[in-house]
Amino acid sequence: MQIYANLTIRQKHIIWAWAFLALPVLFYGIIRFYPTGNAFLISFQDWNLLGKRTWTGWDNYIKLWNDPVFWKVFKNTFAYLLIGTPISLFLSFLIAYHLDKLRFMHGFLRMLYFLPFMTSAVAMAWVWRWFYQGVPIGLFNNMLASIGIPQIEFLNSTTNALPAVLAPAVWAGLGFQVIIFMAGLRAIPTSYYEAAKIDGVGWFTILTQITIPLLRPTIVFIVVFSSIGFLRIFDHVFNMTTNNPGGPLNATKPLVLMIYDTAFNGFDMGYASAQTVVLFLILLVVSLIQLRLLRSD
Amino acid sequence: MLEKWNGLVLASVTSAAALFASSADAVEIEYWQYFFDARVTAMEQLIESFEAANPDITVKMTHFPYADYRTKVAAAIPAGEGPDVVQLFYGWLNDYIAAELIQPLPADVFDPATIDAEFFPMVQAMKGDGAYYALPTAVRSLALFYNERLFDEAGIESPPETLDEFIEVAKKLTKKDGAGNITQVGITTGMTAQDHHWFREGLVRQFGGEPYLDDYHTVNYNSDAGMEALKFYTDLEKVHEVTASGFMDEPQAAFKAGRAGMHIDGSFRIGSLNGVRGLKWGVTELPATSDGVRSNYSSYWVNGITTKAEGEKYDAAVKFMQYITSDDAMQVWLDVVGELPAKPSVGLTESNANDPTYGPFIRGLAYAHTTKFANESAQRQVLVDLVARTDIEGQPLEDSLAVAVAEEQKILDDYYD
Repeated sequence: MQIYANLTIRQKHIIWAWAFLALPVLFYGIIRFYPTGNAFLISFQDWNLLGKRTWTGWDNYIKLWNDPVFWKVFKNTFAYLLIGTPISLFLSFLIAYHLDKLRFMHGFLRMLYFLPFMTSAVAMAWVWRWFYQGVPIGLFNNMLASIGIPQIEFLNSTTNALPAVLAPAVWAGLGFQVIIFMAGLRAIPTSYYEAAKIDGVGWFTILTQITIPLLRPTIVFIVVFSSIGFLRIFDHVFNMTTNNPGGPLNATKPLVLMIYDTAFNGFDMGYASAQTVVLFLILLVVSLIQLRLLRSD
Repeated sequence: MLEKWNGLVLASVTSAAALFASSADAVEIEYWQYFFDARVTAMEQLIESFEAANPDITVKMTHFPYADYRTKVAAAIPAGEGPDVVQLFYGWLNDYIAAELIQPLPADVFDPATIDAEFFPMVQAMKGDGAYYALPTAVRSLALFYNERLFDEAGIESPPETLDEFIEVAKKLTKKDGAGNITQVGITTGMTAQDHHWFREGLVRQFGGEPYLDDYHTVNYNSDAGMEALKFYTDLEKVHEVTASGFMDEPQAAFKAGRAGMHIDGSFRIGSLNGVRGLKWGVTELPATSDGVRSNYSSYWVNGITTKAEGEKYDAAVKFMQYITSDDAMQVWLDVVGELPAKPSVGLTESNANDPTYGPFIRGLAYAHTTKFANESAQRQVLVDLVARTDIEGQPLEDSLAVAVAEEQKILDDYYD
């Protein structure tokens, strides 16, 4: 007690701050950082969860480099990112831009767009999975068949399956992005628009010279947010392809699903950890690039 | 302060332990299985009669949803937190034996020679170094389910006996709409369901092949028989047009909905089909070749004693194992769960072997084979992709088969090396 009494106020503040911080630090240390560190360690080992861990050095990474499935999955993961992010960005901006101008039933429409975001991804994936089925149960194919158009293989196709799985994922994320965009639009001072109006500028110039440049922080946020989401896509793919996870012929398999499969079907924890480390590095690089873009603002 | 706190914790723990211990002098052993309503009910009945016969032993059953079961067991047992007696899928056992988590059953009580003689032969896959490591209460096999209403409608009098009849019947049961889209399949197909077993242990063997060599360490269906089996299977969709892969999402869903004339599935499907309103179904043995060759696939869940069980718990676990692999337990399991007895002495009784529902499965056990999987889901994926490549990418059967064999061999090599 004597020691405590002799401390300066500043030192006491620090001690108290750490006392309160101890809990989250401990929590993060044990729940987050310890397993993360462990994953790095396991990625250099061979472990089936049951037996002993044996040190294998870079074997898992070499195996990964030589695994054609990994490169297919790597490509898919970036396909989700590169198709999903621009489309959802464009759609959500389009919706937000027009919704912002609309007064009639504004709240109701906003709610409709936001609803899918609140829906469980699992339930949504299953409903869409059934939409995509062939005749006689699939909604889309039944509609096509009733007007005499040949059926489309949505999920049982190596070319259509990835976009088909991506569509509900984009749709589900749209609501959130619309809300963020609308907040961004509202934050632009009306004086700019008034000035533009006085100058007699057309809508296209207003859009490209005022609205979009001033939305930059919002756009960067949404891009970062949705990129990470698409890089980690799992639940939509897994639930829409449970019979043949990531199929057909790995056409829809993202990295996270490959990790899951290696770890909990193959029980090859070392290999799964190596994949996890790679995913971590991808996310790190993508986030760093995007952070850099943010900072140059 | 810290010491006081420690003391308090210690005191409460010991008093709690004392409280539980004093409730009975009985040895308590823990039993784990996955959650499936009928299995839990059957095990509760078995535990009840076991405890009545052995008042000094109590058995605590814990169950988890199937989806988490394998991971939880794999995490708990090495940590010493798990059960004394555990139910495992036969294909997982090797890993547990290698990691020394399962003890061999004592040879004085479970004499290997007696078990060899008394159980169906595929159970011998559970034997290593002259001792049995685990034993099943019940086994499963495949059979051909058929929709009786659709059979009547199509004027088919009896289910097909041979593969040729099978195709003819399937043709009569298939319906298409004006545009040629199939709206009712004659036979469901899908390597993602049970068909990969039918292909490996059924068709390949029936066409005269041996799917694997060296105790399932070498893939061997890259043969004429393998090719014929694959052609037979893919022709169902491509030539005879009696099926569509992925029809109504899942084969069993199509059959349940009455949109499929025939459906190959395991005995574990009986329970869920019984609950479907308006579905009148029958079951028969898998079709034979024209010269009468039959083959079937069998799988099972086994019970084993973990290395956690020591001393009096070990003795209790042995007694419990003895009870749940007894004839009585097998009959309970058949009556409650609908899974087939693992011993011919129980299975092939007059009433069981001629049972209209269980009979075809039980008769199938006599010619069933059990695949020793290194990684069942990965090996299944190989066959799923084998058919998908020919279906979606139009790859010739020979090429696709060669790719599949190489892929599966790689899985086996990685595992056994």
